[in-house]
Amino acid sequence: MIRIENLTRIYDRTPVVNDVSLTVGAGQIAALVGTSGSGKTTLLRMINRLVEPTSGRIWIGETDAATIAPHLLRRRIGYAIQGHGLFPHRTVGQNIATVPRLLGWSAPEIAARVEELLHLFQLDPAQFRDRMPHELSGGQQQRVGVARALAARPEVLLMDEPFGALDPVIRARAQGDLREIQRRLGTTLVIVTHDMEEAVTLGDRIAVMDKGRLLQYGPPAEILTRPATDFVQALIGTGERPFRLLSLTRVADIREDGTCDGPAVSPESSLRDALAACLWHGRDCLPVEGGGIVTLTALRARAEGARAEAMATAGEGAQSKAPQTGGAAQ
Amino acid sequence: MTDLQISATGGTAGRFALSRTGLLFAALGAAGLALPLVQFKPNRIVLGDALWLPGALPFGWLAAALIACALFAALPQRLSHGLRLALAVAGLVITLASLGLAAKGLMPEGNRMARVAPAAGFWLLFLAFALMAADALARMRPGLKTRWAVLAGGILLVGLALGSGLLDQTSVMVEYAARADLFGRSLRQHLLLAFGSLGMALVVGLPLGILAFQVPALRRAVLSVLNLLQTIPSLALFGIMIPLFGWVAANIPGAAQLGVAGIGIFPALMALFFYSLLPVVSNTLVGLTSVAPEVRDAAFGLGMTRGQVLARVQLPLALPVVLAAVRIVLVQNIGLAVIAGLIGGGGFGTFVFQGLNQTAMDLILLGALPTIFLALIAGIALDLSVEALSRRGRSAP
Repeated sequence: MIRIENLTRIYDRTPVVNDVSLTVGAGQIAALVGTSGSGKTTLLRMINRLVEPTSGRIWIGETDAATIAPHLLRRRIGYAIQGHGLFPHRTVGQNIATVPRLLGWSAPEIAARVEELLHLFQLDPAQFRDRMPHELSGGQQQRVGVARALAARPEVLLMDEPFGALDPVIRARAQGDLREIQRRLGTTLVIVTHDMEEAVTLGDRIAVMDKGRLLQYGPPAEILTRPATDFVQALIGTGERPFRLLSLTRVADIREDGTCDGPAVSPESSLRDALAACLWHGRDCLPVEGGGIVTLTALRARAEGARAEAMATAGEGAQSKAPQTGGAAQ
Repeated sequence: MTDLQISATGGTAGRFALSRTGLLFAALGAAGLALPLVQFKPNRIVLGDALWLPGALPFGWLAAALIACALFAALPQRLSHGLRLALAVAGLVITLASLGLAAKGLMPEGNRMARVAPAAGFWLLFLAFALMAADALARMRPGLKTRWAVLAGGILLVGLALGSGLLDQTSVMVEYAARADLFGRSLRQHLLLAFGSLGMALVVGLPLGILAFQVPALRRAVLSVLNLLQTIPSLALFGIMIPLFGWVAANIPGAAQLGVAGIGIFPALMALFFYSLLPVVSNTLVGLTSVAPEVRDAAFGLGMTRGQVLARVQLPLALPVVLAAVRIVLVQNIGLAVIAGLIGGGGFGTFVFQGLNQTAMDLILLGALPTIFLALIAGIALDLSVEALSRRGRSAP
């Protein structure tokens, strides 16, 4: 769990982060969204004290971050950045072993952990352990960067635009993989992004920042249906809103009985994908894998009703996401 | 020459197309054949009689014909690089052998005054074939190991040519024979000057470069002072140091016992040290600052201390750039160390300045040729080291 209390950072008398308070529950993903210069990266870098706060407090679990030497604090917190920042003179294995080595793990422990992580990120250890970073593709480099951040089993992982350098196809896959790994490990994750789409896809909570202030902090459905300010509204983009709302729900949740012709959709795919499939194949309904159908009428009803429903259930978040725990200070 | 060029412009891709570099080497070699191979001098100072290759040794016409053949055979563009290299090596061997045999034949029995010195023709032929060999080697794109082997092979060849006694009667070797002891001592002094000053520059320059990197406020000041030092001409630097260190040696107790002196090897070493500082410090600084910001950020973000970031990330990544400075400094110092001869610092400069005083060209060459040879070896060896280091783990550009 991360608790941020009245955090402020001032550069040259200008507050870059201005009195921000928020809590990220254990095992949750918080996405910090904002335009460049909104202070989201500075906020992230204050959590592991790469930037020292001017005032305010940060709690990692039960520990006040200010009471630990910065380099010792950072070894407990995973850190992955845009462009991955892999050490070009070290092999993939050595890169991943960075923090365990700093922590003084034994050689067999380190070797076993490197192997485990390479498997976790679908990189064959025999093939990749001894490669140099420049011999990898962009997507592989990014995965090694995240594996390195997770090497010492941190409870908290900070990511600064980790997918920024990837092309859209690889990015979507990397986002899915990250979400799955985060769920499996139960890591608390704070991710900085300028992409609302990414924030909605990944975040259990979204924090919208502008000019150093936290404008709104809440589940994606709440951000989408009840934007706190015009700026948040503009960031969501009104044209995209119904699609983003549909993307929060799984097909399995609106499955009806019956039969239908056409290509089957996965029950795990989002309503947005189901709508796209219906439009593309020119059908009013499509079968769902494993039985049942999804109808265009139900999708439309969902889109129309989503706003009201989301307003009514705001706070619980979308049902397809993990149970929401931990409070949200605004 | 004209008909050669006409055919060269005639068909560029055809079967008989001529290589441009081949034409250049042939032109150089032809000029070498047209100029005298050696000079025969009754003594080492007077200007002697010029002798052309065909007339300088018993089978001179044959040697000249073989050389012409080698130059001509290397002309076609489609010739393989290996064959071109073989032709170049053969040309070098014939040229050297001609010089040695000419000297053997021309030197009068028992005459210790006469000299047979290489003349313009020899130097041009040598240059033509050496360039041809280097060109062919470069085009073969050999791997690192092969290039180390070629360097070792080259040194071995030079050793063989000198050790076989083939060149013993040529003027430079006659001068060497008369000074074998002094030559050995000069070699040691020269190496001490070049490597000693480099070592001192590394011991002082690396920490200074790291300091300037860590404390940006210092950078400008440090670099300005070193830049200023670098611009002082070497002779002027000696002029300043002779009275300065002379005074220190005379007035500060213990200084003279430590080797401080106005003339001799000490001021020479200091001058070379001063000249070495700027490349070492500035390249250390450049190497450290050129480490990608996200790599540095990641290193800190993962929990490395400042010292660990420096030792484990920044310095290893800066190493190729620092080694490039070592290369610059070593080659520069091997050349500059000649100046030490002027103030009694020893080294090959001793021969060069003695030769200048006596207008004895052969003696100057006895100092200059090994200096060039040393600089060449050091330059190539360090280039290969830098490349080996850069290949091992630099992100692709």
